[in-house]
Amino acid sequence: MSNLSTKIGSVQLANPIMPASGTFSEDLAQVFDLNRLGALVAKTITREIRNGNPTPRICEVRGSMMNAIGIPSKGVDYFRTNSLPFYAQFTPPLVASISAPSVDEFARICEEITMPGVTAIEVNISCPNIEEDGKAFAMRPSTALAVMKKLRSATDLPLWAKLTPNTGEPAEVAQACEEGGANAVVTANTLLAMAVDIRTRKPKLGNVMGGLSGPSLKPINLRMTYQCAKAVNIPVIGCGGIATLEDVLEYLMVGASAVQVGTSTFVNPTVMVDLVDQLDAYMRENHINDLSEIIGSVRDKEAADAVFFQEAAE
Amino acid sequence: MTQATHHTATAPAAGALSVFAADCTVKYNAPVNAEYGHLIVDAPDSILGCEPGQFVQILCPVNSSEQPYLRRPMSIYSYDREAGTLGIIYKIVGQGTKALTKLKVGDPINIMGPLGTGYEVKPEWNHILLWGRGVGLASLAPLAVEAAKAGKKVTTIYSARSKAVQLPIDQFEQPGATVITVTEEEGNSGLDNIRRMVEEQIKENGVDAIYTCGCDLALIELKDVCRIYNVPGEVALEQRMACGLGIGQCCSRPFAVEGDIVHKRVCKEGPVFKILETLV
Repeated sequence: MSNLSTKIGSVQLANPIMPASGTFSEDLAQVFDLNRLGALVAKTITREIRNGNPTPRICEVRGSMMNAIGIPSKGVDYFRTNSLPFYAQFTPPLVASISAPSVDEFARICEEITMPGVTAIEVNISCPNIEEDGKAFAMRPSTALAVMKKLRSATDLPLWAKLTPNTGEPAEVAQACEEGGANAVVTANTLLAMAVDIRTRKPKLGNVMGGLSGPSLKPINLRMTYQCAKAVNIPVIGCGGIATLEDVLEYLMVGASAVQVGTSTFVNPTVMVDLVDQLDAYMRENHINDLSEIIGSVRDKEAADAVFFQEAAE
Repeated sequence: MTQATHHTATAPAAGALSVFAADCTVKYNAPVNAEYGHLIVDAPDSILGCEPGQFVQILCPVNSSEQPYLRRPMSIYSYDREAGTLGIIYKIVGQGTKALTKLKVGDPINIMGPLGTGYEVKPEWNHILLWGRGVGLASLAPLAVEAAKAGKKVTTIYSARSKAVQLPIDQFEQPGATVITVTEEEGNSGLDNIRRMVEEQIKENGVDAIYTCGCDLALIELKDVCRIYNVPGEVALEQRMACGLGIGQCCSRPFAVEGDIVHKRVCKEGPVFKILETLV
């Protein structure tokens, strides 16, 4: 057995595979043993009760999907009395995910969610669906810094800042989060996107715009993971379009210390467990004893190998 | 179903697996008519532990012209635990269902289920009435079979556009059952006419519960009928879904529950809902 364990700051994970918030809930315990995961990442909650966006909330695009769910939330009390005891049945650390429309509201829910049973708090400063025109705190370094500073003063728990690919300054935003007190960054949330039904000429999502996720997002968020891992000294957690072992390895190689798997759970509900097994088998076959031998091992100083004959490339 | 197990969707206990994604094998796949296909697969007992009204999520095959990504939710049209088979009827409309038409006997296909909350039939009910429209009939078929097995009288009204696009009604033709088919081409499928038939059944034969699937207009009529005659009713709804497990909350719809507007997931608390709770 290889050592699949990894550390996100002070948080020790048995393996680097965890769910992406929004694609994980208590319901998945019907399909596999949640103890197989590196961590449990709950759905994002807000202080206010939210029903979410009008339907249709999802649509399919080639090889991927878009969503505009709009963070339906039953509030902090429901989380405390229902979700928390449920997740307490399992051994992996629980990461709560929170969001809010303003800095003050964000700090308040951060304080309220700081409770026994919660190991770390992922702060969703990147949801494209709850603010006008997909705006989010993590689009600019200044707003990211302001919200992270306030959140840092609201809790002693580790804070994971979930970033957005909808920014032209990914490295600067990641640095602002680090400066503001984040213990890790998650790269990243969905990419703001749109689709139109040509028969009805209506947008395919009730919210008009939504977040693209699935395999087509992977190269974008992989690039962002690479940029952020270079830019900060805190751990980076890769997220975006992961469906295969190769995807996991790519994210680890560009510097992610762990990964989150989201949309592909919708297609293959046991994909996360499969990935843990496949990663273990890969490490054994390749005589890799420790995950740290993979993390950040990308050979980016060297040019890609030129191929003269296909056979040489295999 | 016969024990009136209308389970509410609560979180499962740790270690209790109830949904299974399994590689099944195609046993039969052929068109029913120009609009519908009929797929039968060899399925494991785990999935065949389903109840009427539940559904499965099918991972449709990808080929050179169709590239469906998400699974496609399909009503369970038939299940036979002894034979180990599961049947679905699919309306051929988009990438996923077009890809299904290309499946051949012996091909593998991954199916996840059983999913959702099915129909409730109380043991003391003797006569149930079903109103299916189009492909909506598929969801009602296992209900007709199980109710007849439990010794209940089943009256089915099946409405379709034309004889050419009707589904087979053999599963509804159980001992003691009545099946009335109406079509637009015959001019007898108007809402007024069907409503008259439903009211006639209620007044003359006594109806303990009404079930419907496949048509919003039928649902509106039945909501009125259920209220006026104080008959319980259920409807199986359709909604675009992603996970089918209740995780994503992609398929939530608002319902009226005891004076409040409550959002419920079609894939989890549904697809079967109380007719009087629907907002149509």
